[in-house]
Amino acid sequence: QMEILKYRRSTCTVEKQYVGFATLPNQVHRKSVKKGFDFTLMVAGESGMGKSTLVNSLFLTDLYKDRKLLNAEERINQTVEIIKHTVDIEEKGVKLKLTIVDTPGFGDAVNNNECWKPITDYIDQQFEQYFRDESGLNRKNIQDNRVHCCLYFIPPFGHGLRPVDVEFMKALHEKVNIIPLIAKADCLTPNEIKKLKDRIREEIDKFGIKVYQFPECDSDEDEEFKQLDKELKECTPFAVIGSNTVVEARGQRVRGRLYPWGIVEVENQSHCDFVKLRNMLIRSHMHDLKDVTCDVHYENYRAQCIQEMTSKLAQDNRMESPIPILPLSTPDVDTEKLIKMKDEELKRMQEMLNKMQQQMHEKDQ
Amino acid sequence: MAATDVDVFSNEEKRNLSLGGHVGFDSLPDQLVSKSVTQGFCFNILCVGETGIGKSTLMNTLFNTMFENEEASHYQNGVYLRPRTYDLQESNVHLKLTIVDTVGFGDQINKEDSYKPIVDYIDTQFENYLQEELKIKRSLFNYHDTRIHICLYFIAPTGHSLKSLDLVTMKKLDSKVNIIPIIAKADTISKSELHKFKIKIMSELVSNGVQIYQFPTDDEAVSEINASMNAHLPFAVVGSVEEVKVGNKTVRARQYPWGVVQVENESHCDFVKLREMLIRVNMEDLREQTHARHYELYRRCKLEEMGFKDTDPDSQPFSLQETYEAKRKEFLGDLQRKEEEMRQMFVNKVKETEAELKEKERELHDKFEQLKRMHQEEKRKVEEKRRDLEEEMNAFNRKKVAAETLSLSQPLKKDKDKKNRSVKTENQSGVSASSSKVMMAKASVEPLNCQSWWQAIQCCTCLVHNATWKPEGLF
Repeated sequence: QMEILKYRRSTCTVEKQYVGFATLPNQVHRKSVKKGFDFTLMVAGESGMGKSTLVNSLFLTDLYKDRKLLNAEERINQTVEIIKHTVDIEEKGVKLKLTIVDTPGFGDAVNNNECWKPITDYIDQQFEQYFRDESGLNRKNIQDNRVHCCLYFIPPFGHGLRPVDVEFMKALHEKVNIIPLIAKADCLTPNEIKKLKDRIREEIDKFGIKVYQFPECDSDEDEEFKQLDKELKECTPFAVIGSNTVVEARGQRVRGRLYPWGIVEVENQSHCDFVKLRNMLIRSHMHDLKDVTCDVHYENYRAQCIQEMTSKLAQDNRMESPIPILPLSTPDVDTEKLIKMKDEELKRMQEMLNKMQQQMHEKDQ
Repeated sequence: MAATDVDVFSNEEKRNLSLGGHVGFDSLPDQLVSKSVTQGFCFNILCVGETGIGKSTLMNTLFNTMFENEEASHYQNGVYLRPRTYDLQESNVHLKLTIVDTVGFGDQINKEDSYKPIVDYIDTQFENYLQEELKIKRSLFNYHDTRIHICLYFIAPTGHSLKSLDLVTMKKLDSKVNIIPIIAKADTISKSELHKFKIKIMSELVSNGVQIYQFPTDDEAVSEINASMNAHLPFAVVGSVEEVKVGNKTVRARQYPWGVVQVENESHCDFVKLREMLIRVNMEDLREQTHARHYELYRRCKLEEMGFKDTDPDSQPFSLQETYEAKRKEFLGDLQRKEEEMRQMFVNKVKETEAELKEKERELHDKFEQLKRMHQEEKRKVEEKRRDLEEEMNAFNRKKVAAETLSLSQPLKKDKDKKNRSVKTENQSGVSASSSKVMMAKASVEPLNCQSWWQAIQCCTCLVHNATWKPEGLF
């Protein structure tokens, strides 16, 4: 108990003599506002799942004004394209450079073998680009085009994940943060939503898919926050509805969908999980998504890249490395020869020993 | 009756006669009706759509009953068809309903072959009917008709257009079966989106030449309603077997937090229209179309494949009988030829095998000869060796005797005796140690048939005793 008292006294003394580093968070805030933020979001899923509508609803803009959709006939042999839309949006002085990466054509052809390959290639390309920039000499203006998050839209019409969903997520779960969503959730009653969510969570576990995990709460957060966090985690995958139109509901103008039997409000938490998704994606976890991309996915890529390069270099001494790397302890040619010689000698001696043993054995007999 | 006979009749003048009183043949339709009621009706529905799109639920809703159904898995390797037959009864009308489900449709990553099992199934049903029709002793009135009368194609409510798989599959099916496309789970599309979606789908079907079933407009009684229904295709349906209380009624509906979608409310979805068209108005027409159009097309193609024609090169009508005869002769000729071929092949094969066997026999014989020769060679060698050894033995014995006679004239030493005694011979004749050593050496060099050296010695000493020596004679 004496220890605790001592500690208490020392904190008091800190307060009395004000140092001032408590302003650090404010400084960080100021600098970051000045610098601005950037975020790259990828949306993937079959066509007609409401991806564009959802993105419009999330960021309250219209990114897809002059889009041309393909016919069924044109889609029979369609290949997957990667289309980037970049917008600069500002809110309360905070600037955000938002890049949406679209993947039209995914899952639309009759034969969808490896239709996720263009997507994985794109993500790898961004990593490679960043890797080169990071290892270059002039690192002042590195553009970070790495994909920070991928929203994957699962159709609500089935009983769970389909083979193409599983294959896609497995191909990407170690390259990007995947957030699976149940699209067009207004075709499911609350019971059906619950059943489908349970089923999808089960299947994600069963197939070993590593989707984005929310970071654990700090133990000193307040109860309300912890409760919210728990609810958030239990709600995945989010069942979302999007809308491009504003309707009048309960005396207010809200984004929603008008049906003969009622009005679905996008931002009504009892109708769908749109609000949860938005809060999570934009308001609380955007930076964490970026961090996980930088610290986990990119680092994995980088380590793998370097290993491949050094093993190639060891075989081909003439190649100049474009990237400065620390010399790894791979044995050079001379030492290898020595090692080989010694090995052979050892073998010979071993054989001789064996022969002698045998002879002695015979003699004994 | 071939086609040309009908022409002969129609060229005659048809006269209309007026009746003087009530004859009563206006009861013919009633007779037909009562006959068909006693027979019972048969109807076969094929449901094509992705897993989970609502096929089973719609069937349950349409027929107001619960057909047994397990939820299908998304992980089938391919598409397979699951037909189930049920006996339903309403008033006094019996209906034998067969519902065929496509399990696993749309789940595979590569869907290029997804349509094949469906087309095969439809063709098989046609084939079965054709076989029955071509039988000599047939019972068509008793035959359980399994031909598909209607294919309900379930389109996913994406709101954009048809999927590529839908287009490809419908194109393959439109010449074989009546297709009615329906938009499934339509409670996720708002009214304006639905209108655009329907127009887009129909235009895609038309521009790709897909022929869907048109409700018939030639019968005045139903032409009006059918024409208006044609304009509502594809039907946007919602299925449900759960009952929800709306106002003071309990209806089949889906309950959402934002409202209740009533299945039988025409402003909510087109379920009522579908039921009307499919069951209440056009069921009989669907059966007729299947038989008169799709089945006939299949039959014609099949028979043409087999080589039947309606007219021969001279444009004279062929009778089926003659064609049969010709075909039969051809077939028998073919058979005979094939038999001959096989026989020839058999004979050839036998000859070949015989030749092979002979060859092998010869080889074996040669080998045998060779081995025999070798054996004789060996035997000779062994004989030689034996003779050599015998000679040596004789020479040795002579030496021994000579040595004996020599030692007899000299006193023996005791320890040398002991050594010799240890050899366990009874009749020691005082052989000196040196000669025993010689003996041992000799014995170990040529053991003859003996395993060890002292046995060799034994043999030698026996030999010694058998010999008749005259010690004096030697020296």
